[in-house]
Amino acid sequence: MKNTKDLIYKTILYALLMGGALIALFPFYWMFIISTNPNHVVNSVPPAFLPGNMLVDNFKNVLANIDFFGALWNSIIVSTSITLATLLFCSLAGYAFAKLEFKGKKILFIAILTTMMIPPQLGLIPSYVIITKLGWLNELKAVIVPGMVSAFGIFWMRQYIKEAIPNELIEAGKMDGCSQIRIYFQIVIPLILPAFATLGIITYMGVWNDFLWPLIVLKDQSVHTLQIAIRSLNDTYVRDYGMIMSGTFWATVPLVLIFLIFNKFFIDSIVKGAVKN
Amino acid sequence: MKRIKSIKEKKKDSLYGYAFISPFFILFSIFGLFPIIFSFYLSFQRWNGLGEMEFVGLRNFELVLADPFFWKAMYNTFVIALMSTLPQLIIAFLLAFALNSTYVKMKGFFRVSFFLPNVTSIVAVAVVFGTLFTNSSTGLVNSFIGLFGFEPVNWGTSEWGVKWAISAMIFWRWVGYNTIIYLAGLQSISQDLYEAAKIDGASVRQQIMHITIPMMKPVIIFTVFISTIGSLQLFTEPLVFIGTTLREEGVTVVLYLYREAFSNNAFGTASATAVILFFVIIVMSVTNLLIANRLGNSRKKVS
Repeated sequence: MKNTKDLIYKTILYALLMGGALIALFPFYWMFIISTNPNHVVNSVPPAFLPGNMLVDNFKNVLANIDFFGALWNSIIVSTSITLATLLFCSLAGYAFAKLEFKGKKILFIAILTTMMIPPQLGLIPSYVIITKLGWLNELKAVIVPGMVSAFGIFWMRQYIKEAIPNELIEAGKMDGCSQIRIYFQIVIPLILPAFATLGIITYMGVWNDFLWPLIVLKDQSVHTLQIAIRSLNDTYVRDYGMIMSGTFWATVPLVLIFLIFNKFFIDSIVKGAVKN
Repeated sequence: MKRIKSIKEKKKDSLYGYAFISPFFILFSIFGLFPIIFSFYLSFQRWNGLGEMEFVGLRNFELVLADPFFWKAMYNTFVIALMSTLPQLIIAFLLAFALNSTYVKMKGFFRVSFFLPNVTSIVAVAVVFGTLFTNSSTGLVNSFIGLFGFEPVNWGTSEWGVKWAISAMIFWRWVGYNTIIYLAGLQSISQDLYEAAKIDGASVRQQIMHITIPMMKPVIIFTVFISTIGSLQLFTEPLVFIGTTLREEGVTVVLYLYREAFSNNAFGTASATAVILFFVIIVMSVTNLLIANRLGNSRKKVS
């Protein structure tokens, strides 16, 4: 009796999890199927569930419509530079907020926390005006420079440094005659590498997938990021779904691969980021 | 001697403090703080982005609030927020609960599969779902619901079709994220509590109602908060799914703002829309907090 009850319970649990996994994974499979088939397969009866032989042809069509590798390169440049700058600026400021005494520290920190609550769309139009006045429209720096400002990053770094670095260590460094700059580079940085990994992953993913801001300031095809390029594929007048899905598939593959390799790291980062919030 | 040194040191410390926060603060003032303040200023001006600004008082707010299209956008945003958030959190909780069970093997596989959609870009999600939710009666989702005897739905052009399709995208991309967050919460509940309950003869259902849910309250409140605020800012999914034509079935507040600013060059009304959205989000956040506090208090009274 107890055994059959257990069995039913177990079956329900597995059915739920399998169903969830199926729904989560199916769109990826579908993306692959459509990207290897001719256009009409998208609405065919019965639905296509097997790969076709258009893998190369569809991707050639993508290359004829957008500068795929140019967009990929732009995405890499933008995400990498924002991530590096965010890590540097946020850890510097986070260290100052956690360990150094200066006037106005509390008020400045509260100002940062407050802006975290404000939806980013509120500043959208003035930001656009600033970029226009600077003459940065259609240049990658229009995305990179404003992207370096991360209130969350400062908050995250301050909390981490406060907990991870004992005051005695900094005092000891001072006794040995280290300047604050040396303390930051030689004592602080080695101890906050895990926080760098977390913030780096969150930042990189966020920038890589960002859409609204790049859409507004990067109009010219030569500066499109991957997301903008894929969207313009989708908006072509005659929709060739094989081609559209091929572009989407190859734009999705890099991040999925990186995720699969470092999945433990990724998931831990997201959880930690959420818990701290 | 020693005192003098410490004062000198303090001064040095504070100099370094300012130096260390200055790169951030210079950028932050230009691209973070100033735009927010300037948005409020712009919402009282008539401006096409090029010519002279003209002060018009509350006229922009009147214009926006009198526009039926704005109210349609507001209505859509709230309906889609509800349609995507509620099922998402319930399913995420069930999945996390199942995943936390000691019976289940292959936990790593499930965790990774559930989380994979969250790594995918919203644009990719919207493109892929656009090919699943097609108007054609032979489209994949229409074929699937046909198996259960449902009539095909015009996903791209009907009032509820568009909303369901967009909600499905949000659901798919975020359900795994919330599962992982809930799972982390569940794992932090001490096993001793369950052991004690089992000894007292509590059923699984009782354990969930009296241990799991009360202990998970802070995590649940967090996910409700993040999901509602996030869905009020909905933009990419409808834009990619319904295209530049901005069909009214799928227009959201941020899409309305985007259209006002970058199609109509009406920066004043667009800024007014941004300010209204800001206050809506504030009201929603405060409501969330109040409800959360209330729940917290009632629990204290009970125990």
